[in-house]
Amino acid sequence: MPRPRTAKTKPRDPVVTIENLVKVYPGPGNAPDIRAIDGIDLSVERGEIFGLLGPNGAGKTTTVGVCTTRVLGTSGHVEIDGLDVRKDPARVKLGIGVVTQFNTLDRLCTAWENIYFHCRYFEMSHREAKSRADELLQQFRLSERKKSFPDELSGGMAQRLQVARSIAHRPSVLFLDEPTAGLDPQSRIALWEIVTDMRSHGITVLLTTHYMEEADQLCERVAIIDHGKILVCDTPANLKKRLGAETVIDLHLDRPPDGLTSRIKRLAGVVKVDPSADGLRVLTKGGGVVLPKLVNAATRYGLRDVSVAEPTLETVFISLTGRELRE
Amino acid sequence: MSSTTVALQERSRTSVYVHAFAGMLLRDARVIVREIFPFLTRTIMNPFLFTFVFTYVFPKIGQGFNIPKPAAGPAISFATILVPGLVAVAMVFQGISAVALPLVNEFGRTREIEDRVMAPVPVAFVGMEKIVFGAIQAVLAALIVFPFVIIIPSTPVSIHVSNWPLLVGMILLASLVSGALGLVIGTTFKPQQIPLIFSIIVIPTTFLGCVYYPWARLAPVKWLQVLVLVNPLVYMSEGLRMALTPELPHMSAWAFLLALFGALALLSYFGLRSFVRRVVA
Repeated sequence: MPRPRTAKTKPRDPVVTIENLVKVYPGPGNAPDIRAIDGIDLSVERGEIFGLLGPNGAGKTTTVGVCTTRVLGTSGHVEIDGLDVRKDPARVKLGIGVVTQFNTLDRLCTAWENIYFHCRYFEMSHREAKSRADELLQQFRLSERKKSFPDELSGGMAQRLQVARSIAHRPSVLFLDEPTAGLDPQSRIALWEIVTDMRSHGITVLLTTHYMEEADQLCERVAIIDHGKILVCDTPANLKKRLGAETVIDLHLDRPPDGLTSRIKRLAGVVKVDPSADGLRVLTKGGGVVLPKLVNAATRYGLRDVSVAEPTLETVFISLTGRELRE
Repeated sequence: MSSTTVALQERSRTSVYVHAFAGMLLRDARVIVREIFPFLTRTIMNPFLFTFVFTYVFPKIGQGFNIPKPAAGPAISFATILVPGLVAVAMVFQGISAVALPLVNEFGRTREIEDRVMAPVPVAFVGMEKIVFGAIQAVLAALIVFPFVIIIPSTPVSIHVSNWPLLVGMILLASLVSGALGLVIGTTFKPQQIPLIFSIIVIPTTFLGCVYYPWARLAPVKWLQVLVLVNPLVYMSEGLRMALTPELPHMSAWAFLLALFGALALLSYFGLRSFVRRVVA
């Protein structure tokens, strides 16, 4: 298990290197250009599971698109395993696996054939491809559905098959773009296990997600991205530690909290106060002493409910952007 | 530098490309074998019915076309005129249904082309494979159609191949042009526009492709004779006419060969460019 490290520590063996990446799309009609990626620097170390966490439209998919040769960056430099993605995309593709947000399984081929032909595209002989397809279907618990066509598989099975196919040629880096979007909770957990297992196969994983639990559970390091910029990059534990708070207290109020915010800010143990959808979110430290004082202060603002939780990556995101991840 | 990097950089580019290309052909072949019935149906139905109605039923019921008798030699039946034309149509139609229609869906709906795009080759190779596989199917279509257009007619069909290399070369060239045309169409249209492909491309191309009449016979309608020259099917029909029914009027070899090579170059260029643009943002 790699040690957690801060973003400032230079990774020793970077397998994905992104330097000052910019991607500008022309705006539709007379609309201004869209800066989907606005100067990103990132390094992903060999063997780690790295997460790009951000809301929809933050630039996650475009970043993965550039790394996987399907999007041409406007400026900047991206290397995968020492190879420039712009100069040598064909060779870069030899060493990467990709699962996009869409189900890209070959609809006219069976589950088994999807893996078999993928292997054939990657220089494997008939015999190698055949045994690799059998092996992966078994590993991903899909052997019984080997003759099924993609349209006959459930969402979870199709996603497992896509991951199985993407690692069939033994890539050194696997890119997963929103791998669990649209999956039921059970399939999501099954996929998390698969991703965690990648580490034992020595595969570096770069995944994008807008689920903070996913980034928290799976990733050794997380970069939070918004409006095409990386806001912070660190281990989930360090990111939460940066908040300087131990507890997040949500006060759900019936009346607008005018004046309450400044009162609460003066209380000992309060680190930060942010407005939330129906009240205030208060970051605190120093144990439970502050809670009764908060309740007391909020009562006359129509306090309806209080929830207490540990800080999450969502809290980190909100404290950085003032918005929720799912907005 | 890691061992993986060295391994990646040491692998022979040619070998990687050839394997990926062959793998994609293999995949397409597997799909066609599984879908052999739709393949045969779409290949056979048009030439079969056309030949059946115009060269079997019409002569039997005493209705038909008056083909001017040539100054020298025996009379030429409509059935004979049709042979090269229907073979050419079958090839173009195959290029469109084998390449264009699946591509329109793969790009527009399912995005399943992504897996082949991620194969370790330049993206244009994936488009080239589409042209080559479309061409293979077009050759098969030509071979399947031949017996039909020769056996079914109730009037005599006179075919003699005096120049085999010309026939083989024409079929290969025409099949590649069909595949490239399929790629251009497949990368241009959206799934909801599929019916348009038939009404604005397939039908005009077929009716104005010198399939049912030699190009020279259009002389009385001069503007049309000039206009149809933009249609690659004209040169396929004329080329096959020279190869199969040389006694009928046909363009000279340099004209249709030049036009077909030109069409192949242009359609391939635009088809591949459009393919790459659809894939790489």
